[in-house]
Amino acid sequence: MTQTITIDPVTRLEGHGKITIMLDSQGQVEDAHFHVTQVRGFEKFSEGRPFYEMPSLMARICGICPVSHLLASAKACEAIMAVRIPHTAAQLRRMLNMAQMVQSHALSFFHLSSPDLLLGMESDPVKRNIFGVAAARPDLGLAGIGLRRFGQHIIELLGTKRIHTGWVVPGGVTEALSAAHRDEILAMLPEAYANVKLALTAYKQIADSFSQEIEVFANFPSNYLGLINEDESIEFTDGALRLIDPTGAIIEDGMTASRFTEVIGEAVENYSYTKFVYYKPLGYPQGSYRVGPLPRLNIVKSMGTPQADKELAEFKQLAKGPIESSFHYHHARLVEALYGVENIERILTDPLILDKHVRATAGVNRLEGGGQIEAPRGTLNHHYKVDENGKITWANLVVATGHNNNAMNRGVLQSARAYVKDGKFTPGALNRVEAVIRAFDPCLSCSTHAFGQMPLVMTMVNADGEVVDQLIR
Amino acid sequence: MSESMGVKTLIIDGQELSARAGQTILEVARENEINIPTLCHLEGLSNVGACRLCLVEIKGSNKLLPACVANIHEGMEVVTNSERLKKHRLVILELLFAERNHICAVCVSNGHCELQALAQELGLTHISLPYRNPALTVDASHERFTADHNRCILCMRCVRACAEIEGAHIWDVMGRGIDSIVITDLHDDWGSSACTRCGKCVQCCPTGALFDKSKIGSDHPKYPDFLPYLNLMREAR
Repeated sequence: MTQTITIDPVTRLEGHGKITIMLDSQGQVEDAHFHVTQVRGFEKFSEGRPFYEMPSLMARICGICPVSHLLASAKACEAIMAVRIPHTAAQLRRMLNMAQMVQSHALSFFHLSSPDLLLGMESDPVKRNIFGVAAARPDLGLAGIGLRRFGQHIIELLGTKRIHTGWVVPGGVTEALSAAHRDEILAMLPEAYANVKLALTAYKQIADSFSQEIEVFANFPSNYLGLINEDESIEFTDGALRLIDPTGAIIEDGMTASRFTEVIGEAVENYSYTKFVYYKPLGYPQGSYRVGPLPRLNIVKSMGTPQADKELAEFKQLAKGPIESSFHYHHARLVEALYGVENIERILTDPLILDKHVRATAGVNRLEGGGQIEAPRGTLNHHYKVDENGKITWANLVVATGHNNNAMNRGVLQSARAYVKDGKFTPGALNRVEAVIRAFDPCLSCSTHAFGQMPLVMTMVNADGEVVDQLIR
Repeated sequence: MSESMGVKTLIIDGQELSARAGQTILEVARENEINIPTLCHLEGLSNVGACRLCLVEIKGSNKLLPACVANIHEGMEVVTNSERLKKHRLVILELLFAERNHICAVCVSNGHCELQALAQELGLTHISLPYRNPALTVDASHERFTADHNRCILCMRCVRACAEIEGAHIWDVMGRGIDSIVITDLHDDWGSSACTRCGKCVQCCPTGALFDKSKIGSDHPKYPDFLPYLNLMREAR
């Protein structure tokens, strides 16, 4: 008798997803799938719109990382315009991307994952949320909220709006940074440093108690993809993509956005609306890889800022080659957040940061263009084709969750095999299977829906379709 | 004939007012700071009474009259803001929103749109009618401006500004009823039309239907205040 266990919806994620665990007649886990259950249609309904509208249109995909879509979209538009944006605009955009990365990582670590990490995987689900964290560790609760505010407030100071700013446009940005706003950001830095360091210290203290989870949370050799600078330091906004193999050897380097479709393919599985992205020369699924904080740190040789470099050196001690367990995404996220704060400080010291020349103008000079950046949760690529008037005729978005899709599915299967035995499960096991997905911090439909208050139903169904057991949270 | 012979007295919303003969109800109301909502009316252009938002009640008549084109007469009693009128105005706004694709969040005129402002002013919170979601085109062929028919409310300000003020008359209306659409020349691309590139139509457009390409991502307020000034200077010549 085969059975199916469904976890629907998966909670504390950005978006809508569910997990199905299929048992064989002996009650052993046979297979497991992570499903993304919604279709959005952005690629289709943007057809016919003028390309210069695309950044603000695409930003609406997500309320957590609108900046990522703004930047990838603007870069794709600039490829169509064939322009290089002014230096100051590029620097301001880098700062915007850093602010977004810091606030998104703060959301992922403090609001979504720290309830599991600080209160325990088997703690009372009613208290296993940011309010429970704030009650148990008020300092960490405040640090999380403070760090999110830091990132969001910088976005607001640059672009007048915290969410869905229209400040990033094809050709640069609409307004220069004022001296008053620069000083306001500088004044926020000491508290931001303190909050990141508090999180790093707290994480390192508890990480050792999760040795079992580290063992089975999508812990396997894989390829890793991410942006990198020519000096092999980490990059989020410019640079080119590097793909490394499980030993850390470079498979391909210097992949620019214009070469993206040549080397990256998208496969479709019938159980999910999210595509499975792979490296074409290796084929599917062998060419699958991981993206995001852990792969980025696996790829780079340095962060390029002093404090984050020290943290990177410590992080790399976790393994000899690339670090394989996806549980370490949490640690990598905090190292990146520290880098983000340092990088914002460094960008503000640029003597040209208040320069007023922040926008280049041009019409349609190419009929096709691609843009790529590192979103908080991994590589993001936008690719457009336009007619001679600049109206979109075709659009394709390859998002981080697509890049990580294969790894997340493998991770769910691995953890299900570890925590579901003989057809039996416990709430702690259920939460651990979800927590594997949470470690990747995916943006499922790139929507802002938080499922913290939604009921979670896990159902075991026998081969005849009868419900034999059910757990309701 | 003395000047006073041309003076009429009337009552608007209970206020006893005097006005010049030949004035419209809308002119008299605005001179006396009585608000009547409008969309197609624009100071400096002729009136066409297209949007019907300025409908008012006249005592002794069951017919509602558009204040922008109805002249005053002696002893007239006008009500501009009854419950019946409020209801009609909300229905007109709902019809405008349901007719085409008005997505404020991603519109270049968000925050500077007369249709949006009126919906807020009149307290329109929901559209009870089914959206038509028509598949309308965007004309991006002009080097400076874009026409997005999804956001057009057919107020015809662009048609009047181009014909009456600029004198080019490249804008006009094609089709009938719900299939009406503003066109340039004989339905040619705006970019290859006889457009003088003056931009008056863009400044007159109450929504984001006509916009300046360089304003994408920025605030895009429109400044149609130059129209009465242009008229004044021409009359003085």
